[in-house]
Amino acid sequence: MTHRHFQDELDELKTKLAEMAGLAEEAVRDAVRALLESDVAQAKLVVQRDEAIDALELDVEERSVKLLALQQPMARDLRLITTAMKVSGDLERVGDHAVNIAETVHWLVEGPLFPVVPEIEELVRLSTGMLKDCLDAFIRGDTKLAREILVRDDRVDELHENTFRILLTHMMEDPRKISAGMDLLLVSGNLERIADLATNVSEDVIYMVEGSIVKHHAEDRPA
Amino acid sequence: MSAIHSPEGPIELEARDLSVHYNGAPAVRSVSLRIPGRRVVAFIGPSGCGKSTLLRCFNRMNDLVPGASVTGAAIFQGQDLYGSGVDPVDVRRRIGMVFQKPNPFPKSIYDNVAFGPRINGFRGDMDELIETSLRNAALWDEVKDRLDSSALALSGGQQQRLCIARTLAVEPEVVLMDEPASALDPIATQKIEELIYELKQDYTVVIVTHNMQQAARVSDYTAFLYVGEVVEYGPTQALFTNPTEDRTEAYITGRFG
Repeated sequence: MTHRHFQDELDELKTKLAEMAGLAEEAVRDAVRALLESDVAQAKLVVQRDEAIDALELDVEERSVKLLALQQPMARDLRLITTAMKVSGDLERVGDHAVNIAETVHWLVEGPLFPVVPEIEELVRLSTGMLKDCLDAFIRGDTKLAREILVRDDRVDELHENTFRILLTHMMEDPRKISAGMDLLLVSGNLERIADLATNVSEDVIYMVEGSIVKHHAEDRPA
Repeated sequence: MSAIHSPEGPIELEARDLSVHYNGAPAVRSVSLRIPGRRVVAFIGPSGCGKSTLLRCFNRMNDLVPGASVTGAAIFQGQDLYGSGVDPVDVRRRIGMVFQKPNPFPKSIYDNVAFGPRINGFRGDMDELIETSLRNAALWDEVKDRLDSSALALSGGQQQRLCIARTLAVEPEVVLMDEPASALDPIATQKIEELIYELKQDYTVVIVTHNMQQAARVSDYTAFLYVGEVVEYGPTQALFTNPTEDRTEAYITGRFG
């Protein structure tokens, strides 16, 4: 039997994380849309709304420390709280990457036009999909979904490398495109990092539910 | 006079420059602290720090200890409990106490709870009062079909909740608890802790405990006492995550002495 009020506080912690996850996902989606549609106003909104994500990170941290100090959680409860602290840090970083992408919009609109390469659109689709799914996996404690996400990250890394090569070629052909090319390269890098963070969250979900560590290929190492 | 430790909100109990000596030896030294209403306040500290002695001042239990002398004031709702004309029996009705070891009377469950109200000449619906008291002590469901059986047949944890029901039956305003779970197993302890948390909706609860984690789990405010003095008193969360005094930090991290 758990203390009822302790259970209530664990549920509130989860709710706060879900709220944070929703905002982070929205930030990435809006930043990307602003980029694809050259919408400077939309990009500004993303930057402004990052404050709410930062505030939630502090809130989740404070709740977690309080529960650790006052309730001495064990086993599954302990893993939920330590995971919540890491996931909130990851989500805060996702928000920052969304801001980075949004800030690029300004330069891309001002500078010489540079078509968004199809690889970037594919990167957007994959990384936002991973982000959405890892948050679902966290909320539902779905380790099957979490494991699928780990596999998808390889494709993202591959796409990022391809994007790099393509942009490099464009820039070598026409030095006027260097500035915009560098910006798009940064966008690609940010998307790749978002996918990495989704991978981290997925690894943490597996730890939270099963208590097993899968990061840094720990599963492959001899016991 | 030592500094007054005071949380926010309406104050139910207050120790003002309160000292207790046992045969001349100081046990509580000039303590001043305020206890807010409808909150749980925990006193923690090593053995012999004076936490139980301080607690007992709030319902004049020290009167019963030979050689004990109390100076200063213990104030309940603005009135000094040690003032002239104050009836200690009335004090103990309004400020109840639960002890370390469950001490049910060798009577039925029903009669244990009815004991206090009968002495006080209760004229209402006794059955209803018994049920309410047992419900508030989270014991009703376990004993409702055997109210006539002996209280001594209950488990230790049930006996302790029966003692809490007995305390609640006289409708006190404050419940003092001296190590209420130290003689109980972890499951019974958890039930008592859950109960303490719920009691604060209607009562002011002051609990003395050896078990720091218990204080952390159940209380809103915690006072750390050492050699008869209040070293630190404040919101439980702050005291356990970022105490202001080095001695508190040393005690709660197990680095004392």
